[in-house]
Amino acid sequence: MKKTLLPPLIPFVLLTVIAEFLVRAGFVRAYLVPAPSAVFRAMIDSRVELLQALFATSAGSLVGFVMSALTGIAIAVLLSSSRGVQRAFYPYAIFFQTVPLIAVAPLLVIWFGFGIQTVIASAFVASVFPVIANTLSGILSTDPPLRDLFKLYGASPLVTLFKLRLPAALPQVFTGLRVSAGLAVIGAIVGEFIAGGGLGSVVETARTQQRIDKVFAAVLLASLLGLALFGFINLLSHLTLRRWHASEQAQ
Amino acid sequence: MLQEVGHARRVTSAIARGVAVQLKGVRRVFDSNHVVIDRMDLDVDAGEFLAVLGPSGCGKSTLLRMIARLSEPDSGQIRFEPNGARFETSFVFQDAHLLPWRNVLANAALPLELMGEAKSKRDEKARAVLEQVGLLEALDRYPAELSGGMRMRVSLARALVTEPRLLLLDEPFAALDEITRFHLDVQLRELWQRRGMTVIFVTHSVSEAAFLANRAVVLARSGGAIKLDRRLELPTVRNNELRADLRLGQEMRLLLGAIEK
Repeated sequence: MKKTLLPPLIPFVLLTVIAEFLVRAGFVRAYLVPAPSAVFRAMIDSRVELLQALFATSAGSLVGFVMSALTGIAIAVLLSSSRGVQRAFYPYAIFFQTVPLIAVAPLLVIWFGFGIQTVIASAFVASVFPVIANTLSGILSTDPPLRDLFKLYGASPLVTLFKLRLPAALPQVFTGLRVSAGLAVIGAIVGEFIAGGGLGSVVETARTQQRIDKVFAAVLLASLLGLALFGFINLLSHLTLRRWHASEQAQ
Repeated sequence: MLQEVGHARRVTSAIARGVAVQLKGVRRVFDSNHVVIDRMDLDVDAGEFLAVLGPSGCGKSTLLRMIARLSEPDSGQIRFEPNGARFETSFVFQDAHLLPWRNVLANAALPLELMGEAKSKRDEKARAVLEQVGLLEALDRYPAELSGGMRMRVSLARALVTEPRLLLLDEPFAALDEITRFHLDVQLRELWQRRGMTVIFVTHSVSEAAFLANRAVVLARSGGAIKLDRRLELPTVRNNELRADLRLGQEMRLLLGAIEK
Protein backbone atom coordinates (compact mmCIF):
# COMPACT_ATOMS: atom_id res chain seq x y z
CA MET A 1 0.00 0.00 0.00
CA LYS A 2 2.75 2.43 1.01
CA LYS A 3 4.58 1.78 -2.22
CA THR A 4 1.58 2.56 -4.43
CA LEU A 5 0.41 5.63 -2.52
CA LEU A 6 3.66 7.42 -1.83
CA PRO A 7 5.06 8.06 -5.35
CA PRO A 8 1.97 9.86 -6.72
CA LEU A 9 1.69 11.84 -3.47
CA ILE A 10 5.08 13.48 -3.96
CA PRO A 11 4.19 15.47 -7.12
CA PHE A 12 0.85 16.39 -5.55
CA VAL A 13 2.46 17.94 -2.48
CA LEU A 14 5.14 19.57 -4.59
CA LEU A 15 2.62 21.07 -7.00
CA THR A 16 0.43 22.32 -4.17
CA VAL A 17 3.34 24.06 -2.50
CA ILE A 18 4.49 25.64 -5.79
CA ALA A 19 0.96 26.83 -6.63
CA GLU A 20 0.54 28.30 -3.16
CA PHE A 21 3.83 30.14 -3.53
CA LEU A 22 3.08 31.43 -7.04
CA VAL A 23 -0.31 32.83 -6.00
CA ARG A 24 0.92 34.38 -2.76
CA ALA A 25 3.92 35.96 -4.43
CA GLY A 26 1.60 37.49 -7.04
CA PHE A 27 2.94 35.62 -10.09
CA VAL A 28 -0.52 34.22 -10.74
CA ARG A 29 -3.66 36.28 -10.20
CA ALA A 30 -5.85 34.85 -7.48
CA TYR A 31 -9.05 35.45 -9.49
CA LEU A 32 -7.72 33.15 -12.24
CA VAL A 33 -6.14 30.42 -10.14
CA PRO A 34 -6.91 30.31 -6.43
CA ALA A 35 -4.30 29.40 -3.87
CA PRO A 36 -4.62 25.78 -2.73
CA SER A 37 -5.25 27.05 0.77
CA ALA A 38 -8.21 29.09 -0.53
CA VAL A 39 -9.65 26.01 -2.23
CA PHE A 40 -9.26 24.11 1.00
CA ARG A 41 -10.97 26.93 2.91
CA ALA A 42 -13.84 27.00 0.42
CA MET A 43 -14.24 23.28 0.96
CA ILE A 44 -14.51 23.73 4.71
CA ASP A 45 -16.79 26.78 4.51
CA SER A 46 -19.24 25.26 2.01
CA ARG A 47 -18.89 21.70 3.22
CA VAL A 48 -22.61 21.04 3.60
CA GLU A 49 -23.45 22.35 0.16
CA LEU A 50 -20.48 20.58 -1.44
CA LEU A 51 -21.17 17.28 0.28
CA GLN A 52 -24.80 17.35 -0.77
CA ALA A 53 -23.74 18.17 -4.31
CA LEU A 54 -21.15 15.40 -4.25
CA PHE A 55 -23.78 12.98 -3.04
CA ALA A 56 -26.19 13.99 -5.83
CA THR A 57 -23.51 13.71 -8.53
CA SER A 58 -22.37 10.38 -7.12
CA ALA A 59 -25.90 9.04 -7.25
CA GLY A 60 -26.44 10.28 -10.82
CA SER A 61 -23.16 8.95 -12.16
CA LEU A 62 -23.39 5.68 -10.28
CA VAL A 63 -26.90 4.87 -11.50
CA GLY A 64 -25.95 5.92 -15.04
CA PHE A 65 -22.81 3.83 -14.86
CA VAL A 66 -24.58 0.70 -13.62
CA MET A 67 -27.16 1.12 -16.37
CA SER A 68 -24.34 1.45 -18.90
CA ALA A 69 -22.65 -1.67 -17.59
CA LEU A 70 -25.81 -3.78 -17.74
CA THR A 71 -27.16 -2.42 -21.03
CA GLY A 72 -23.71 -2.33 -22.62
CA ILE A 73 -23.04 -5.98 -21.87
CA ALA A 74 -26.53 -6.97 -23.01
CA ILE A 75 -26.16 -5.05 -26.28
CA ALA A 76 -22.74 -6.61 -26.88
CA VAL A 77 -24.20 -10.08 -26.34
CA LEU A 78 -26.99 -9.34 -28.83
CA LEU A 79 -24.53 -7.94 -31.36
CA SER A 80 -22.33 -11.01 -31.01
CA SER A 81 -25.21 -13.37 -31.70
CA SER A 82 -24.83 -13.21 -35.45
CA ARG A 83 -22.62 -11.55 -37.97
CA GLY A 84 -25.66 -10.13 -39.74
CA VAL A 85 -26.97 -8.43 -36.60
CA GLN A 86 -23.51 -7.07 -35.95
CA ARG A 87 -23.12 -5.69 -39.46
CA ALA A 88 -26.56 -4.06 -39.28
CA PHE A 89 -26.33 -2.44 -35.86
CA TYR A 90 -22.71 -1.94 -34.85
CA PRO A 91 -22.22 1.09 -37.15
CA TYR A 92 -25.03 2.80 -35.22
CA ALA A 93 -23.32 2.09 -31.93
CA ILE A 94 -20.24 3.82 -33.30
CA PHE A 95 -22.32 6.67 -34.67
CA PHE A 96 -24.04 7.00 -31.30
CA GLN A 97 -20.65 7.49 -29.69
CA THR A 98 -19.63 10.29 -32.03
CA VAL A 99 -22.69 12.44 -31.28
CA PRO A 100 -21.40 15.20 -29.00
CA LEU A 101 -22.92 14.84 -25.55
CA ILE A 102 -23.02 18.58 -24.95
CA ALA A 103 -25.23 19.00 -28.00
CA VAL A 104 -27.59 16.23 -26.93
CA ALA A 105 -27.90 17.33 -23.29
CA PRO A 106 -30.63 19.97 -23.97
CA LEU A 107 -32.60 17.27 -25.77
CA LEU A 108 -32.30 15.08 -22.70
CA VAL A 109 -33.82 17.87 -20.61
CA ILE A 110 -36.76 18.04 -22.98
CA TRP A 111 -37.27 14.30 -22.67
CA PHE A 112 -36.54 13.78 -18.99
CA GLY A 113 -37.14 17.19 -17.41
CA PHE A 114 -35.06 19.10 -14.87
CA GLY A 115 -33.76 16.63 -12.32
CA ILE A 116 -31.80 13.53 -11.66
CA GLN A 117 -33.34 11.55 -14.55
CA THR A 118 -31.60 13.81 -17.05
CA VAL A 119 -28.33 13.53 -15.13
CA ILE A 120 -28.61 9.74 -15.16
CA ALA A 121 -29.47 9.70 -18.85
CA SER A 122 -26.52 11.94 -19.62
CA ALA A 123 -24.14 9.75 -17.59
CA PHE A 124 -25.51 6.71 -19.38
CA VAL A 125 -25.14 8.17 -22.88
CA ALA A 126 -21.58 9.23 -22.10
CA SER A 127 -20.45 5.90 -20.72
CA VAL A 128 -22.26 3.10 -22.53
CA PHE A 129 -20.15 2.80 -25.65
CA PRO A 130 -16.84 1.61 -24.16
CA VAL A 131 -18.71 -1.22 -22.44
CA ILE A 132 -20.33 -2.30 -25.71
CA ALA A 133 -17.13 -2.09 -27.74
CA ASN A 134 -14.89 -3.88 -25.27
CA THR A 135 -17.37 -6.58 -24.33
CA LEU A 136 -18.12 -7.27 -27.99
CA SER A 137 -14.46 -7.57 -28.90
CA GLY A 138 -13.95 -9.84 -25.89
CA ILE A 139 -16.82 -12.13 -26.84
CA LEU A 140 -15.75 -12.28 -30.48
CA SER A 141 -12.15 -13.12 -29.68
CA THR A 142 -12.99 -16.32 -27.81
CA ASP A 143 -10.30 -18.90 -28.42
CA PRO A 144 -11.47 -20.96 -31.48
CA PRO A 145 -10.25 -24.33 -30.09
CA LEU A 146 -12.33 -23.72 -26.98
CA ARG A 147 -15.37 -23.02 -29.14
CA ASP A 148 -14.65 -26.32 -30.92
CA LEU A 149 -14.43 -28.05 -27.57
CA PHE A 150 -17.84 -26.78 -26.50
CA LYS A 151 -19.28 -27.79 -29.85
CA LEU A 152 -17.75 -31.26 -29.58
CA TYR A 153 -19.55 -31.96 -26.33
CA GLY A 154 -22.84 -30.61 -27.60
CA ALA A 155 -23.05 -27.33 -25.67
CA SER A 156 -25.94 -25.08 -26.72
CA PRO A 157 -25.24 -21.46 -27.78
CA LEU A 158 -26.63 -20.25 -24.44
CA VAL A 159 -24.41 -22.57 -22.41
CA THR A 160 -21.44 -21.55 -24.56
CA LEU A 161 -22.26 -17.90 -23.91
CA PHE A 162 -22.41 -18.22 -20.13
CA LYS A 163 -19.73 -20.82 -19.56
CA LEU A 164 -17.24 -19.73 -22.18
CA ARG A 165 -17.73 -16.50 -24.09
CA LEU A 166 -18.74 -14.14 -21.29
CA PRO A 167 -16.21 -15.37 -18.73
CA ALA A 168 -13.50 -15.30 -21.41
CA ALA A 169 -14.48 -11.70 -22.20
CA LEU A 170 -14.26 -10.57 -18.56
CA PRO A 171 -10.80 -8.95 -18.75
CA GLN A 172 -11.99 -6.85 -21.68
CA VAL A 173 -15.31 -6.10 -19.98
CA PHE A 174 -13.35 -4.64 -17.08
CA THR A 175 -11.24 -2.57 -19.46
CA GLY A 176 -14.47 -1.11 -20.82
CA LEU A 177 -15.85 -0.48 -17.35
CA ARG A 178 -12.70 1.36 -16.26
CA VAL A 179 -13.00 3.77 -19.20
CA SER A 180 -16.72 4.12 -18.76
CA ALA A 181 -16.49 4.90 -15.02
CA GLY A 182 -14.64 8.15 -15.71
CA LEU A 183 -16.98 9.01 -18.57
CA ALA A 184 -20.06 8.48 -16.39
CA VAL A 185 -18.90 11.23 -14.00
CA ILE A 186 -18.23 13.56 -16.93
CA GLY A 187 -21.66 12.76 -18.34
CA ALA A 188 -23.33 13.44 -14.98
CA ILE A 189 -21.64 16.84 -14.65
CA VAL A 190 -22.66 17.79 -18.19
CA GLY A 191 -26.21 16.76 -17.36
CA GLU A 192 -26.13 18.88 -14.22
CA PHE A 193 -24.97 21.95 -16.15
CA ILE A 194 -28.19 21.81 -18.10
CA ALA A 195 -30.65 20.16 -15.73
CA GLY A 196 -29.33 21.49 -12.45
CA GLY A 197 -28.27 19.84 -9.20
CA GLY A 198 -25.03 18.34 -7.96
CA LEU A 199 -21.47 19.50 -8.48
CA GLY A 200 -22.31 20.71 -11.99
CA SER A 201 -24.69 23.29 -10.51
CA VAL A 202 -22.16 24.30 -7.87
CA VAL A 203 -19.60 24.99 -10.60
CA GLU A 204 -22.15 26.97 -12.60
CA THR A 205 -23.31 29.20 -9.72
CA ALA A 206 -19.84 29.66 -8.28
CA ARG A 207 -18.63 30.75 -11.71
CA THR A 208 -21.31 33.44 -11.99
CA GLN A 209 -20.41 34.59 -8.46
CA GLN A 210 -16.72 34.80 -9.37
CA ARG A 211 -16.03 32.25 -6.62
CA ILE A 212 -13.09 30.61 -8.40
CA ASP A 213 -12.02 28.86 -5.19
CA LYS A 214 -15.39 27.12 -4.99
CA VAL A 215 -15.24 26.14 -8.66
CA PHE A 216 -11.90 24.50 -7.99
CA ALA A 217 -13.24 22.77 -4.88
CA ALA A 218 -16.15 21.31 -6.86
CA VAL A 219 -13.92 20.24 -9.74
CA LEU A 220 -11.57 18.57 -7.29
CA LEU A 221 -14.44 16.64 -5.72
CA ALA A 222 -15.72 15.58 -9.15
CA SER A 223 -12.27 14.28 -10.05
CA LEU A 224 -12.03 12.42 -6.77
CA LEU A 225 -15.40 10.85 -7.50
CA GLY A 226 -14.17 9.62 -10.88
CA LEU A 227 -11.02 8.31 -9.26
CA ALA A 228 -12.98 6.48 -6.57
CA LEU A 229 -15.20 4.83 -9.18
CA PHE A 230 -12.14 3.84 -11.19
CA GLY A 231 -10.50 2.42 -8.07
CA PHE A 232 -13.62 0.44 -7.24
CA ILE A 233 -13.64 -1.16 -10.71
CA ASN A 234 -9.94 -1.94 -10.36
CA LEU A 235 -10.57 -3.65 -7.06
CA LEU A 236 -13.46 -5.63 -8.51
CA SER A 237 -11.35 -6.63 -11.49
CA HIS A 238 -8.50 -7.69 -9.24
CA LEU A 239 -10.76 -9.79 -7.02
CA THR A 240 -12.35 -11.48 -10.01
CA LEU A 241 -9.33 -12.08 -12.18
CA ARG A 242 -6.43 -12.47 -9.80
CA ARG A 243 -6.30 -16.24 -10.04
CA TRP A 244 -6.42 -16.55 -13.75
CA HIS A 245 -5.47 -13.53 -15.73
CA ALA A 246 -1.86 -12.79 -16.47
CA SER A 247 -2.26 -9.00 -16.43
CA GLU A 248 -3.61 -9.15 -12.89
CA GLN A 249 -0.94 -11.53 -11.71
CA ALA A 250 1.80 -9.25 -12.88
CA GLN A 251 0.52 -6.41 -10.73
CA MET B 1 -5.00 -56.99 -39.77
CA LEU B 2 -4.43 -56.12 -36.18
CA GLN B 3 -4.15 -59.66 -34.89
CA GLU B 4 -0.41 -59.65 -34.59
CA VAL B 5 0.92 -61.71 -31.74
CA GLY B 6 2.04 -58.86 -29.52
CA HIS B 7 -1.28 -57.11 -29.70
CA ALA B 8 -3.60 -59.96 -28.86
CA ARG B 9 -4.26 -58.79 -25.36
CA ARG B 10 -5.05 -55.26 -26.33
CA VAL B 11 -7.28 -56.10 -29.26
CA THR B 12 -9.82 -57.93 -27.10
CA SER B 13 -10.54 -54.76 -25.17
CA ALA B 14 -10.31 -52.66 -28.31
CA ILE B 15 -13.31 -54.40 -29.78
CA ALA B 16 -15.33 -53.21 -26.84
CA ARG B 17 -13.93 -49.69 -26.68
CA GLY B 18 -12.66 -48.48 -30.02
CA VAL B 19 -14.44 -47.00 -33.00
CA ALA B 20 -13.55 -47.71 -36.60
CA VAL B 21 -13.44 -44.70 -38.91
CA GLN B 22 -13.87 -44.93 -42.65
CA LEU B 23 -13.26 -42.04 -45.03
CA LYS B 24 -14.46 -42.38 -48.61
CA GLY B 25 -13.63 -39.83 -51.27
CA VAL B 26 -13.45 -37.02 -48.74
CA ARG B 27 -12.83 -33.62 -50.21
CA ARG B 28 -12.46 -30.29 -48.44
CA VAL B 29 -12.07 -26.97 -50.19
CA PHE B 30 -11.31 -23.62 -48.58
CA ASP B 31 -12.11 -20.24 -50.12
CA SER B 32 -13.84 -21.99 -53.06
CA ASN B 33 -10.63 -22.95 -54.88
CA HIS B 34 -8.00 -24.04 -52.38
CA VAL B 35 -8.32 -27.84 -52.23
CA VAL B 36 -6.93 -28.93 -48.90
CA ILE B 37 -7.97 -32.56 -49.07
CA ASP B 38 -8.92 -34.21 -52.33
CA ARG B 39 -10.72 -37.55 -52.55
CA MET B 40 -9.10 -39.12 -49.57
CA ASP B 41 -9.77 -42.76 -48.68
CA LEU B 42 -8.68 -43.98 -45.30
CA ASP B 43 -9.76 -46.84 -43.06
CA VAL B 44 -8.90 -46.68 -39.41
CA ASP B 45 -9.52 -49.90 -37.49
CA ALA B 46 -11.11 -50.01 -34.06
CA GLY B 47 -8.49 -49.69 -31.36
CA GLU B 48 -5.79 -48.61 -33.77
CA PHE B 49 -3.19 -46.00 -32.87
CA LEU B 50 -2.74 -44.12 -36.12
CA ALA B 51 -0.08 -41.46 -36.52
CA VAL B 52 -0.65 -38.93 -39.30
CA LEU B 53 2.56 -37.37 -40.54
CA GLY B 54 3.16 -34.77 -43.20
CA PRO B 55 4.58 -31.33 -43.94
CA SER B 56 2.92 -28.20 -42.56
CA GLY B 57 -0.19 -27.18 -44.42
CA CYS B 58 -0.86 -30.64 -45.85
CA GLY B 59 -4.33 -30.74 -44.31
CA LYS B 60 -3.63 -32.83 -41.21
CA SER B 61 -5.60 -30.55 -38.91
CA THR B 62 -8.43 -30.18 -41.41
CA LEU B 63 -8.66 -33.96 -41.59
CA LEU B 64 -8.82 -34.22 -37.82
CA ARG B 65 -11.50 -31.54 -37.54
CA MET B 66 -13.65 -33.36 -40.09
CA ILE B 67 -13.30 -36.65 -38.24
CA ALA B 68 -14.32 -34.81 -35.07
CA ARG B 69 -17.30 -33.49 -37.04
CA LEU B 70 -16.30 -29.94 -36.27
CA SER B 71 -16.34 -29.22 -39.98
CA GLU B 72 -18.11 -30.92 -42.85
CA PRO B 73 -16.44 -32.39 -45.92
CA ASP B 74 -17.53 -30.72 -49.15
CA SER B 75 -18.02 -34.12 -50.68
CA GLY B 76 -17.41 -37.73 -49.73
CA GLN B 77 -18.32 -39.61 -46.59
CA ILE B 78 -16.99 -40.25 -43.15
CA ARG B 79 -18.47 -43.29 -41.47
CA PHE B 80 -18.09 -44.62 -37.98
CA GLU B 81 -18.43 -48.18 -36.77
CA PRO B 82 -20.29 -48.84 -34.52
CA ASN B 83 -22.61 -46.24 -35.91
CA GLY B 84 -25.89 -45.17 -34.44
CA ALA B 85 -24.80 -45.90 -30.90
CA ARG B 86 -23.67 -42.69 -29.29
CA PHE B 87 -19.94 -42.72 -28.81
CA GLU B 88 -17.78 -39.96 -27.60
CA THR B 89 -15.01 -38.29 -29.48
CA SER B 90 -12.40 -36.23 -27.68
CA PHE B 91 -9.94 -33.77 -29.08
CA VAL B 92 -6.59 -32.65 -27.73
CA PHE B 93 -5.19 -29.45 -29.20
CA GLN B 94 -1.63 -28.34 -29.74
CA ASP B 95 -1.80 -26.16 -26.63
CA ALA B 96 -3.68 -27.04 -23.49
CA HIS B 97 -6.50 -24.48 -24.03
CA LEU B 98 -7.86 -24.71 -20.50
CA LEU B 99 -10.43 -22.32 -19.05
CA PRO B 100 -8.26 -20.01 -16.93
CA TRP B 101 -11.08 -19.22 -14.51
CA ARG B 102 -11.55 -22.86 -13.54
CA ASN B 103 -9.30 -24.96 -11.37
CA VAL B 104 -7.82 -28.24 -12.50
CA LEU B 105 -10.72 -30.37 -11.30
CA ALA B 106 -13.38 -28.16 -12.91
CA ASN B 107 -11.41 -28.06 -16.16
CA ALA B 108 -11.14 -31.83 -16.31
CA ALA B 109 -14.84 -32.20 -15.50
CA LEU B 110 -15.95 -29.69 -18.17
CA PRO B 111 -16.92 -32.17 -20.94
CA LEU B 112 -19.14 -34.11 -18.54
CA GLU B 113 -20.68 -30.88 -17.33
CA LEU B 114 -21.50 -29.91 -20.92
CA MET B 115 -22.97 -33.35 -21.51
CA GLY B 116 -25.25 -32.82 -18.54
CA GLU B 117 -23.74 -35.16 -15.97
CA ALA B 118 -24.48 -34.49 -12.27
CA LYS B 119 -21.81 -32.63 -10.33
CA SER B 120 -20.89 -35.32 -7.82
CA LYS B 121 -20.54 -37.93 -10.54
CA ARG B 122 -18.49 -35.79 -12.89
CA ASP B 123 -16.15 -34.66 -10.12
CA GLU B 124 -15.59 -38.27 -9.16
CA LYS B 125 -14.76 -39.24 -12.74
CA ALA B 126 -12.54 -36.19 -13.22
CA ARG B 127 -10.65 -37.01 -10.03
CA ALA B 128 -10.09 -40.57 -11.21
CA VAL B 129 -8.72 -39.50 -14.58
CA LEU B 130 -6.55 -36.79 -13.01
CA GLU B 131 -5.08 -39.44 -10.80
CA GLN B 132 -4.17 -41.43 -13.90
CA VAL B 133 -2.17 -38.51 -15.27
CA GLY B 134 -0.59 -37.82 -11.88
CA LEU B 135 -2.32 -34.57 -11.01
CA LEU B 136 -4.19 -35.55 -7.89
CA GLU B 137 -2.23 -33.09 -5.78
CA ALA B 138 -3.09 -30.16 -8.07
CA LEU B 139 -6.90 -30.35 -8.12
CA ASP B 140 -7.46 -26.88 -6.66
CA ARG B 141 -4.83 -25.08 -8.67
CA TYR B 142 -5.55 -22.75 -11.57
CA PRO B 143 -4.02 -23.08 -15.05
CA ALA B 144 -1.91 -19.94 -14.56
CA GLU B 145 -0.27 -21.64 -11.60
CA LEU B 146 0.76 -24.77 -13.53
CA SER B 147 3.75 -25.61 -15.71
CA GLY B 148 3.26 -26.22 -19.43
CA GLY B 149 3.54 -29.96 -18.98
CA MET B 150 1.00 -30.01 -16.17
CA ARG B 151 -1.43 -27.93 -18.23
CA MET B 152 -1.09 -30.41 -21.08
CA ARG B 153 -1.80 -33.27 -18.70
CA VAL B 154 -4.97 -31.51 -17.54
CA SER B 155 -5.90 -31.16 -21.20
CA LEU B 156 -5.32 -34.89 -21.70
CA ALA B 157 -7.38 -35.69 -18.61
CA ARG B 158 -10.19 -33.49 -19.93
CA ALA B 159 -10.16 -35.48 -23.18
CA LEU B 160 -10.16 -38.82 -21.38
CA VAL B 161 -12.82 -38.04 -18.78
CA THR B 162 -15.64 -38.95 -21.16
CA GLU B 163 -14.01 -42.35 -21.78
CA PRO B 164 -13.88 -41.57 -25.50
CA ARG B 165 -13.91 -44.35 -28.05
CA LEU B 166 -12.11 -42.08 -30.46
CA LEU B 167 -9.30 -39.81 -29.31
CA LEU B 168 -8.01 -37.20 -31.74
CA LEU B 169 -4.77 -35.38 -31.00
CA ASP B 170 -3.48 -32.47 -33.06
CA GLU B 171 0.27 -32.20 -32.41
CA PRO B 172 -0.54 -32.24 -28.74
CA PHE B 173 2.88 -32.07 -27.13
CA ALA B 174 4.69 -30.04 -29.77
CA ALA B 175 5.03 -26.95 -27.60
CA LEU B 176 6.65 -28.83 -24.73
CA ASP B 177 10.27 -29.51 -23.98
CA GLU B 178 11.73 -32.88 -24.99
CA ILE B 179 11.67 -34.48 -21.55
CA THR B 180 8.11 -33.49 -20.68
CA ARG B 181 7.02 -34.55 -24.12
CA PHE B 182 8.52 -38.00 -23.79
CA HIS B 183 6.99 -38.34 -20.36
CA LEU B 184 3.55 -37.59 -21.78
CA ASP B 185 4.08 -39.91 -24.76
CA VAL B 186 4.73 -42.77 -22.35
CA GLN B 187 1.64 -41.85 -20.38
CA LEU B 188 -0.51 -41.64 -23.50
CA ARG B 189 0.67 -45.05 -24.71
CA GLU B 190 -0.13 -46.63 -21.38
CA LEU B 191 -3.59 -45.11 -21.38
CA TRP B 192 -4.20 -46.41 -24.87
CA GLN B 193 -3.00 -49.89 -23.95
CA ARG B 194 -5.25 -49.90 -20.93
CA ARG B 195 -8.36 -48.49 -22.57
CA GLY B 196 -8.11 -49.63 -26.17
CA MET B 197 -9.76 -46.61 -27.74
CA THR B 198 -8.99 -45.63 -31.32
CA VAL B 199 -6.37 -42.90 -31.45
CA ILE B 200 -5.56 -40.62 -34.36
CA PHE B 201 -2.45 -38.65 -33.62
CA VAL B 202 -1.23 -35.84 -35.86
CA THR B 203 2.44 -35.07 -35.40
CA HIS B 204 5.51 -33.57 -37.02
CA SER B 205 7.81 -35.92 -35.24
CA VAL B 206 8.72 -39.22 -36.90
CA SER B 207 10.30 -40.62 -33.78
CA GLU B 208 7.22 -39.79 -31.74
CA ALA B 209 5.05 -41.53 -34.34
CA ALA B 210 7.30 -44.58 -34.33
CA PHE B 211 7.32 -44.70 -30.58
CA LEU B 212 3.57 -44.40 -30.14
CA ALA B 213 1.67 -45.70 -33.10
CA ASN B 214 1.00 -49.09 -34.62
CA ARG B 215 0.26 -47.53 -37.97
CA ALA B 216 1.42 -44.39 -39.66
CA VAL B 217 0.26 -42.57 -42.76
CA VAL B 218 2.30 -39.86 -44.43
CA LEU B 219 0.39 -37.21 -46.33
CA ALA B 220 1.68 -35.44 -49.42
CA ARG B 221 2.19 -31.70 -49.32
CA SER B 222 -1.00 -30.89 -51.20
CA GLY B 223 -4.39 -32.50 -51.57
CA GLY B 224 -3.88 -34.79 -48.61
CA ALA B 225 -2.85 -37.71 -50.82
CA ILE B 226 -1.53 -40.62 -48.79
CA LYS B 227 2.08 -41.12 -49.80
CA LEU B 228 2.82 -43.90 -47.40
CA ASP B 229 0.64 -46.14 -45.27
CA ARG B 230 2.57 -48.43 -43.04
CA ARG B 231 1.90 -50.73 -40.13
CA LEU B 232 4.58 -50.11 -37.62
CA GLU B 233 6.37 -52.82 -35.83
CA LEU B 234 6.36 -51.36 -32.39
CA PRO B 235 9.86 -51.13 -30.93
CA THR B 236 11.27 -54.61 -30.44
CA VAL B 237 10.83 -54.92 -26.70
CA ARG B 238 7.26 -53.89 -27.18
CA ASN B 239 6.61 -56.44 -29.86
CA ASN B 240 8.05 -59.41 -28.00
CA GLU B 241 7.12 -58.66 -24.47
CA LEU B 242 4.47 -56.20 -23.61
CA ARG B 243 5.37 -56.54 -19.97
CA ALA B 244 9.02 -55.73 -20.59
CA ASP B 245 7.86 -52.73 -22.53
CA LEU B 246 5.65 -51.53 -19.73
CA ARG B 247 8.48 -52.03 -17.29
CA LEU B 248 10.71 -50.05 -19.59
CA GLY B 249 8.09 -47.33 -19.61
CA GLN B 250 8.02 -47.35 -15.86
CA GLU B 251 11.78 -47.22 -15.64
CA MET B 252 11.91 -44.37 -18.11
CA ARG B 253 9.34 -42.59 -16.06
CA LEU B 254 11.43 -43.15 -12.98
CA LEU B 255 14.48 -41.73 -14.73
CA LEU B 256 12.56 -38.81 -16.14
CA GLY B 257 10.98 -38.15 -12.80
CA ALA B 258 14.44 -38.04 -11.31
CA ILE B 259 15.63 -35.60 -13.96
CA GLU B 260 12.71 -33.28 -13.36
CA LYS B 261 13.51 -33.12 -9.68
